[in-house]
Amino acid sequence: MVDPRRTSSAQWADVWLGLDVGTDIALANAVAREIITQGLVHRDFIEHATTGFDKYRVAVEPYTLEHAEQITGVRGEMIRDLAHAYAGAKKAQLCWTLGITEHHNAVDNVLSLINLSLLTGHVGRSGSGLNPLRGQNNVQGGGDMGAIPNKLPGFQDVENNQLRQKFERAWNCTIPQKNGWHLSLMFEAMERGDLRGLYVIGENPAQSEANVEHAIHLMEGLDHLIVQDIFLTKTAELADVVLPAAAGWAEAEGTVTSSERRVQRVRKALDPPGEARDDVEILCELAKRFGHDWGHPTAEEIWDEVRSLSPMHAGMSYARLDALGGIQWPCPDEDSQGSSYLHGRLWKRPVEGRLAPFSVVDHLPPADELTDEYPIRLTTGRRLDSFNTGVQSGGFQSPLRRAETLDICESDGRRLGVADSERVRVRSRRGVIEMTVRYTDDLRPGLAFTTFHFPDEAETNQLTNPTWDKKSGTADFKATAICIEKIKLAVGTGG
Amino acid sequence: MSDEAKGQTLPLVEVTVDGETVRAPEGATLLDACRAKGADTPTLCYLETLTPVNACRVCVVELEGSRTLVPSCSRAAHPGAVVHTDTPRVRHSRKLVLELLASSVDLSLANGDMKRWMDYYEVDAEKFGPSSASTAAGDRDGRRPGHHHAPDGKTAETVAQPVKIHDEMYIRDYSKCILCYKCVEACGEDAQNTFAIAVAGRGFDARISTEFDRRLDDSACVYCGNCIGVCPTGALMFKSEYDRRETGEWNELQQRVTRTVCPYCGVGCNLDLHVQDNEIVKVMSPIDHSVTHGHLCIKGRFGWQFVQNREET
Repeated sequence: MVDPRRTSSAQWADVWLGLDVGTDIALANAVAREIITQGLVHRDFIEHATTGFDKYRVAVEPYTLEHAEQITGVRGEMIRDLAHAYAGAKKAQLCWTLGITEHHNAVDNVLSLINLSLLTGHVGRSGSGLNPLRGQNNVQGGGDMGAIPNKLPGFQDVENNQLRQKFERAWNCTIPQKNGWHLSLMFEAMERGDLRGLYVIGENPAQSEANVEHAIHLMEGLDHLIVQDIFLTKTAELADVVLPAAAGWAEAEGTVTSSERRVQRVRKALDPPGEARDDVEILCELAKRFGHDWGHPTAEEIWDEVRSLSPMHAGMSYARLDALGGIQWPCPDEDSQGSSYLHGRLWKRPVEGRLAPFSVVDHLPPADELTDEYPIRLTTGRRLDSFNTGVQSGGFQSPLRRAETLDICESDGRRLGVADSERVRVRSRRGVIEMTVRYTDDLRPGLAFTTFHFPDEAETNQLTNPTWDKKSGTADFKATAICIEKIKLAVGTGG
Repeated sequence: MSDEAKGQTLPLVEVTVDGETVRAPEGATLLDACRAKGADTPTLCYLETLTPVNACRVCVVELEGSRTLVPSCSRAAHPGAVVHTDTPRVRHSRKLVLELLASSVDLSLANGDMKRWMDYYEVDAEKFGPSSASTAAGDRDGRRPGHHHAPDGKTAETVAQPVKIHDEMYIRDYSKCILCYKCVEACGEDAQNTFAIAVAGRGFDARISTEFDRRLDDSACVYCGNCIGVCPTGALMFKSEYDRRETGEWNELQQRVTRTVCPYCGVGCNLDLHVQDNEIVKVMSPIDHSVTHGHLCIKGRFGWQFVQNREET
């Protein structure tokens, strides 16, 4: 278990490597160097299935155990043991979540892990591989369906003429030839005044964006904001038009795709309240207002269209999804049972398709620098019984839930002169909020933790750093430099 | 399915159940063989997804060559085993187990199988006399080994006690607990690995308890509700179900069950939504589904209210 915090998962782990926030690449490169220098690499796999090993070997050379210990704060022998355990395992997986991807160098973090799997051949086989664990029930499916600016459904490139034209023929329309904007680019476009209208479906950026005050300011400056959601969220409160939607998982038919690429059906169990309507119905009505009659397609008819255009979904009829308890893509035809793992082609001799490249990536500290003024690292995350900005999970009373806190270790608390349960002022380079301190044993000195589940209690994202990864567009939620200030009680002057 | 599992079929072993030859895959239990043959074998503490604990003894069968009756749920089906499921000895033993339970535990909400078995084995729950009165709240939890008073011999000792209600998630009505251990197994290493509950006490005072009888919210409980998912008698119950039962508004005939996927994280747990009057009244998960085999976390099991309190906001 590698995590700056001693989470409940870390408490279960055989070994916990409590690295400093934002030092993942240094750790991965040191593991790689140890694997290489000790001759633990999978020579056959590297030779036949990869490119760029020599450059990579040179690039990780400076990451000695001692050097990595200085950067990560993890003892060198623990890094060595990790390298030997990983390389020596018959099967090994690397699983990660936002601790890897919510950084200004998110993609490089991921590449550093991919490198390890290529070094050892722990990829493309049952039980081995790379697993980004998804935090939402359909974040995988959203990407699969083309809700990303450079892909059409089934990860088909927008900028590939042949693929784009396939969709243009099917839809009888023209699709922009260039990639669109992702979320971070959209906010930049709002800042420039190039983006004047926004249609938000099922997201709450007015509470979830880093440096959220600024994000709200930009959305307030739009010519037009439409929000389609199942709740009147803080974002919806900013909107010119709110379209109340049915809850996708219980009031509508459709599919979602889980972390393991399993497409599964969701079904309508409830009638939606009031005027709320199925997302499909809203979109079709809107299209009609724009002069396009899309009719009244059922969820299954839309899915069958997906199957006709996205080869990796082609074999997934509703009947087969029901019969097989969901199917993992790719599932190219109705004889396929789906695929429990990817990249098996790398073990074919010769390899089918492109060889897998090693990537040279170097450690870069978090963008929000620690200084005397902002000496404490704040990292954000989730708590078991809550979910993102809390609009869903706020609906039930959990006995596990406490009021939101700024978690720090006791020694930091004593050093700063703040007691457990004391209200403090938390300041970053973006903003300042008041929070309640909670002492915990799960954090090392210099590290603070909180969530953004309860923005009405503590607007954590006023603090977070919007600096985003140029490759993924993801903001640096995990690494904010803060200072914790005592709140001086105003002394009454008798007036 | 993994590479190893693909295309690999386990060798079969041949056993005889009630005179009929049954082939069961290697590693199967006598219960699997009995069920393959169609013998209605009662089980209480057994569940496909849990490690057998051999607590209830209601699945016992006669195995030729064995001196005692054997619990079919945990005994491996070895080649050539000869099993009898409906002999007088088996029937007598099952009847006695069910009578002891029925006389001491409130089985009014036990599942339909239980009712069928009670009829088949002609269970006479009243034969031990009138039921003892309910104990006061906390009385049974405070009992110590060796401090047990001998029964008076006229009334049937029971586990009757007040329902424990501490939060809006679920209630614990240990008057309905048959000590099948399923909740303990699901809380422990068969599913959640939380180990918030175990069996405390000895003999008739044995009961399911948190560590030192702490309140649930002060225990290791993470409110996954997997214990409710496996409870066969209604001892552990959603508060939403309990409240409706108390007010007479629980109506299973009007309920529709719809399978969907949890609206929270990316694991893809399947939910069976039990809906009555356009309201979710309980959430279960199918034990035969590959993703989590019936198990959920607090968000999936209890976090659904947001869909149905939207009109109030």
